[in-house]
Amino acid sequence: MENKEEKAEKKEKKEKIPRQAMPEQDPKARIGNFDEVPYGYSEEVAMLEAKRCIQCKKPGCIPGCPVDVDIPGFIKLIAEGKFIEAAWKLKETNALPAVCGRVCPQEDQCEKVCILGKKGDPVAVGRLERFAADYERATGKIEIPKVAAPTGKKIAIVGAGPAGLTIAGDLVKVGHDVTVFEALHKAGGVLIYGIPEFRLPKAIVDAEVDYLEKLGVKIVFNAAIGRLKTVDDLFAEGFHAVFLGVGAGAPVFMNVPGENISGIYSANEYLTRSNLMKAYLFPKYDTPIVKGKNVAVIGGGNVAMDSVRTALRLGADNAYIIYRRSKKEMPARIEEVHHAEEEGVQFNFLTNPIEYIGDENGWVKQMVCNRMELGEPDDSGRRRPIVIKGSEFTIDVDIVVVAIGTTANPVIPRTTPGLDVNKWGYIVTKDGTGETTRMGVYAGGDIVTGSATVILAMGAGRQAAKAIDEYVRSL
Amino acid sequence: MHKIIEKTYLQDIVVRMVFEAPEIARKRKAGQFVVLMIDDKGERIPLTIVDSDSEKGTLTIIFQIVGKTTTCLAQLSAGDYIKHVLGPLGHPTEVENFGTSVCVGGGVGVGVVYPIAAALKKKGNKVISIIGARTKDILILEEEMGKVSDKLLVATDDGSYGFHGFVSAVLQNLIDSGEKIDRVFAIGPVPMMRVICNVTKPYNIKTIVSLNPIMVDATGMCGACRVSVGGRTKFGCVDGPEFDGHEVDFGLLMTRLRMYCDQEKQSMDMCRCGENGK
Ligand SMILES: Cc1cc2nc3c(=O)[nH]c(=O)nc-3n(C[C@H](O)[C@H](O)[C@H](O)COP(=O)(O)OP(=O)(O)OC[C@H]3O[C@@H](n4cnc5c(N)ncnc54)[C@H](O)[C@@H]3O)c2cc1C
Ligand SMILES: Cc1cc2nc3c(=O)[nH]c(=O)nc-3n(C[C@H](O)[C@H](O)[C@H](O)COP(=O)(O)OP(=O)(O)OC[C@H]3O[C@@H](n4cnc5c(N)ncnc54)[C@H](O)[C@@H]3O)c2cc1C
Ligand code: SF4
Ligand code: FES
Repeated sequence: MENKEEKAEKKEKKEKIPRQAMPEQDPKARIGNFDEVPYGYSEEVAMLEAKRCIQCKKPGCIPGCPVDVDIPGFIKLIAEGKFIEAAWKLKETNALPAVCGRVCPQEDQCEKVCILGKKGDPVAVGRLERFAADYERATGKIEIPKVAAPTGKKIAIVGAGPAGLTIAGDLVKVGHDVTVFEALHKAGGVLIYGIPEFRLPKAIVDAEVDYLEKLGVKIVFNAAIGRLKTVDDLFAEGFHAVFLGVGAGAPVFMNVPGENISGIYSANEYLTRSNLMKAYLFPKYDTPIVKGKNVAVIGGGNVAMDSVRTALRLGADNAYIIYRRSKKEMPARIEEVHHAEEEGVQFNFLTNPIEYIGDENGWVKQMVCNRMELGEPDDSGRRRPIVIKGSEFTIDVDIVVVAIGTTANPVIPRTTPGLDVNKWGYIVTKDGTGETTRMGVYAGGDIVTGSATVILAMGAGRQAAKAIDEYVRSL
Repeated sequence: MHKIIEKTYLQDIVVRMVFEAPEIARKRKAGQFVVLMIDDKGERIPLTIVDSDSEKGTLTIIFQIVGKTTTCLAQLSAGDYIKHVLGPLGHPTEVENFGTSVCVGGGVGVGVVYPIAAALKKKGNKVISIIGARTKDILILEEEMGKVSDKLLVATDDGSYGFHGFVSAVLQNLIDSGEKIDRVFAIGPVPMMRVICNVTKPYNIKTIVSLNPIMVDATGMCGACRVSVGGRTKFGCVDGPEFDGHEVDFGLLMTRLRMYCDQEKQSMDMCRCGENGK
């Protein structure tokens, strides 16, 4: 047993190693390409960073993680140079560590409650997670665990986003016959159509999907449930349970005059064209996108940051964020905002569009905006933006991307009798199990919570996996 | 992968293609469409399901060669494959016994109106069809339309066959002749649909049009297909493709259809047809 003094000394020593930075592409260079921005840790730097972790007896970080990753456990393995083992440790609880290491808001989760963060900088949990997962993929030593003997139960997963992929992996491992139905021609959900290559390389998502297929998960593409077949049809085909992980994919517009004129995109369309359809490689790929010179993106979340940084990479001279509150209220991750600033994005806070004006060809040329000020906090706890009277002004634009949020797509609820939704159209479930009001039908991810995060969708998938496993075994 | 069973040119730039898609073939109803991608680098394009055979598990499409993807698709032959086919999409046509229904088709729109005419006939409507084209050589599906219609009227812009003039004039004549019309379905180029709506509006004859906005996912996820109907924004793919023609903002549809003119030209210049589908 170490005595108190020794312990304190150990702690002090560790604190002397500063939090290790991750090298990144130079901002000027990177706005000319779609390659990933941070390069990731080298082995040496990863070990150094891992050694900063003091292996708390009662770690703060684990409760901060929505899926309870054994954070000190995997970090210790990295510190010891056991990189593959670290990756395997991560995969015990997190099916997509290479994704989460990149896109999780660690600053609001594990790193926020890391003990070291009280006095100094928290351990770079996200970067270490990314390192271990990348190491495993690079070495190709991907372990395909043995799956349990077949149970004879068939489970249908609707939607191949983080929620659907997680539950598919969990259920196939325990021996169920799992089929994923995906409406698009590629798996990954937002990971593949929304989040850009420069933040999450698509090869990573493909590798994760490939891994699931090796485990025995069947994926049927171009299968829009509610259209090609309904949930009832799936039961009729012999599926014992159905999980709905269809996301909150329908774009929201502001319904202001001129919003439908040419040159105005929803963020979903803009990002889908660029990411899923690879329009940034047009004409090598067939899908076009209009590369504006003056691009305004409306919104202040991750989706807005991804859109505005895409606009820069497509060659915009001026890329604006138009956000109706101030910088402090922006829901985007700090890292994203920081990267956008470095790249030259121009932020217009306390600004709200009220009308779009088209040229003689019906193409947007100007947006009329109001200036705003902040009033009392609203339901979300953020201060409500109020119009400043007589403050109207115009901004010249040739492309506008509306990134003010998404909502539920009604196709599945409409075609599934007995499936209750709340007033916003999100599916009602029993907490902690994903059980819906329809026997044998479970749901999780954005279609239950509204737009949230990758890790929360994965967590919901995992919880529903447990519930479905129990349910189908009881049949 | 969807195997192409048959390909025929109906005329120089209009192709009829039959390919395998058994599940869609079983489900589809008149008025619905598919989105297809020839290969992983391709664009997603929407095409109406003209016919299906649930026993053989096949779908029939009829398309006009207008740009990159349709050019490449036309290069494929029986035995080749289309990589991705998503469907059936959109609301099926509301088919009831309305009484007398007039089906107007212009150009390749005749292919789109054909399954609707067939379904209306089956429901017991008196079906009067008016089909038109610029000139005789490019008129399609005359025989098929004849089979599902009680009366078939043909028009060509240049007068080389049938009535000399537009389908809208034929419809106006029909109305003037005292024919009691309960519903009109008009499918074709946007200007044609607009004119037909102008003809029927004074008589308050409900007129259904099928809109063809640019689409990407066609599942309600992107909003590329926004159209304005009755002053409200609708998504062509999930709320349509059919709408009450008297409410549609055709001008907006036309400008939105021109959004990618420059890129479409560039894409044609770099066509990689021939790499596809093998
Ligand atoms: C641009 C953008 C950036 C983001 N950045 C971050 C970030 O940095 N960090 C973070 O944690 N979160 C981020 N998010 C949020 C995160 O991506 C989502 O919360 C998460 O993907 C939700 O997962 P899901 O599985 O519920 O749904 P989705 O990822 O939306 O996947 C749903 C899948 O279901 C399919 N589907 C839908 N309807 C049907 C149907 N009828 N039949 C068959 N399939 C269907 C869809 O095609 C899709 O593939 C971002 C979101 C966006 C849009
Ligand atoms: C619901 C629906 C049903 C349709 N049914 C038929 C049909 O049965 N037969 C037929 O010949 N055509 C049909 N169309 C039109 C057809 O989709 C376009 O002609 C096709 O996409 C052109 O692609 P392209 O690459 O060959 O030409 P491009 O050079 O890309 O485009 C030529 C023109 O086609 C339109 N277009 C381009 N891309 C798209 C797209 N992704 N979605 C929709 N329109 C686009 C634009 O107006 C463009 O100017 C339908 C369209 C819709 C929306
Ligand atoms: S709280 Fe921080 S220092 Fe403690 S175990 Fe977790 S990562 Fe390591
Ligand atoms: S095509 Fe994307 S929403 Fe209609």
